Amino acid sequence: MDNLYRDFILEHYRNPHNKGTLDPHDLHFADSNPTCGDEMSMTLRLDDSRSAIAEVAFDGRGCAISQASASILTDGLRGQRLDEVRAMNPKDLLDELGVPIGPARLKCALLAYKVLQGAVQGGEVAWPAEAEAVS
Amino acid sequence: MAIEPALSTHLPGAFSGAALRPDFAVFDTPTRSGKRLVFLDAAASSPKPRSVVDAMADAYSHHYANVHRGIYELSEDATARFEAARGKVAAFLGAPSRREIVFVRNATEAINLVAYSWGRTNLRAGDRMVTTQLEHHANIVPWQQLTREVGATLDYVAITDDGRLEMDDLRAKLAAGPKLLAVAAVSNALGTINPLAEIIGMAHEAGALVLVDAAQAAPHMPIDVAALGCDFLAISGHKMLGPSGIGALWGRRELLDAMPPFMTGGSMITRVTLDGAEWNEVPFKFEAGTPAIVEAIGLGAAIDYLTNLGMGAVREHERYLFERAWPALGEIPGVRRLGPDDPATHAGVISFVLDGIHPHDVATVFDSEGVAVRAGHHCAQPVMLRYDIPATTRASFYVYNDLDDVEALSSAVRATQMLFAG
Repeated sequence: MDNLYRDFILEHYRNPHNKGTLDPHDLHFADSNPTCGDEMSMTLRLDDSRSAIAEVAFDGRGCAISQASASILTDGLRGQRLDEVRAMNPKDLLDELGVPIGPARLKCALLAYKVLQGAVQGGEVAWPAEAEAVS
Repeated sequence: MAIEPALSTHLPGAFSGAALRPDFAVFDTPTRSGKRLVFLDAAASSPKPRSVVDAMADAYSHHYANVHRGIYELSEDATARFEAARGKVAAFLGAPSRREIVFVRNATEAINLVAYSWGRTNLRAGDRMVTTQLEHHANIVPWQQLTREVGATLDYVAITDDGRLEMDDLRAKLAAGPKLLAVAAVSNALGTINPLAEIIGMAHEAGALVLVDAAQAAPHMPIDVAALGCDFLAISGHKMLGPSGIGALWGRRELLDAMPPFMTGGSMITRVTLDGAEWNEVPFKFEAGTPAIVEAIGLGAAIDYLTNLGMGAVREHERYLFERAWPALGEIPGVRRLGPDDPATHAGVISFVLDGIHPHDVATVFDSEGVAVRAGHHCAQPVMLRYDIPATTRASFYVYNDLDDVEALSSAVRATQMLFAG
């Protein structure tokens, strides 16, 4: 557990990067984690090519894992092409978190991924298989 | 099998929780982190004593056949044990007759049975019924579905800042002439003990029937439906030391007699022709198909265990722990407790929030300390809405808990705060 709340996770939680709402924005999506009621929204601005992300922000309230995960995920998005983002593997985000996430907390860790996919795919996407406790 | 309750070491008339732990196999094994298991989540589902597990293994091994069917020794034996369990539930709830006990899967199914069978027969367009903002989703959603379907109105009784029902609001909602009031005996999310006798009196005076959701009360305090005077009462076996998959609906005989079946099929009929069927008498009219035979027997063993301790003593024991845990948490800065202060109106359930720390994180850190608690909305989102919080952490006591668990709870809170203070 002390692994789960490693300093860098707690640091992202206390001082999240890219927190807030972009206004105006090109893409927006909001979703929640049904197991805990946590809510998260994401707003994105595209660059002049309209095919890559120029700016991103997330907002919402939630646990340290979901907030740190959103902070870390959004950090890597600037300059990314939308088709790359759509093809993103949720495992990469779990790897980037670098801490062992128990089955009960996978949805916390992957809420940001789900919200991001909702934004870039233009509508709600299913939870990735990685979020299911039973696999 | 009889269990001798351990003698009290700390409270006259009650028992030592720690001395009961050997009765529960789950406490034999330390947690993944190598700690003693501090189980504070009985409100979600309780551990099972060995006597319940043994009774079920014995029933499956030596006394199992289908019930109410076979004309042979084994089936008669199984039927007698199954029906004896029904009798234990009736006695446990103070029901005048065991025929008023309908076996169901859980309290949720019991409430759905009433909503489908009584509700769709008796509630009409323009009618009203009442539930409260304090309820578990199981005592809200079936009524939302029912009232939407028949065109009736569902009113909710508001709750106070300290988690009690607003009695003036209840009075006002009853004055509108509802046909039914569905109310919990004890709130699963906050631990509030509702003043049932007063509520039932008020409802009956207003001409409403009363369904009591006792899922959170029956495991922890004496229940007597005859003394309460309610009309329906629902319990879940798995919250009261019994197996999952078994619960009971108690209903007044004349109400049950007048109600149509909820589910149909085998056992619940007396005669079936190609033109139709005639219904069996209660409770069998409501028990279509092969029931959860061994689970019912397991529930009977759980009731034996609780009855041996005495439900009054169980309530005293949990009150004793609450009276120590509530102020212990209250004196830690950054802890917000929900629910009433008065231990007379608060069951052994403590719902709390730590400033700046999400309940999911709290429960995860607690888990690393060997402390099992529930974090979430506790299937009571309207309660969370009332206090504008997404979730709480909930610690709930039962018979095997003791002062060492109260201490473990406080230290887990401090450990969590320390980690997040960084």
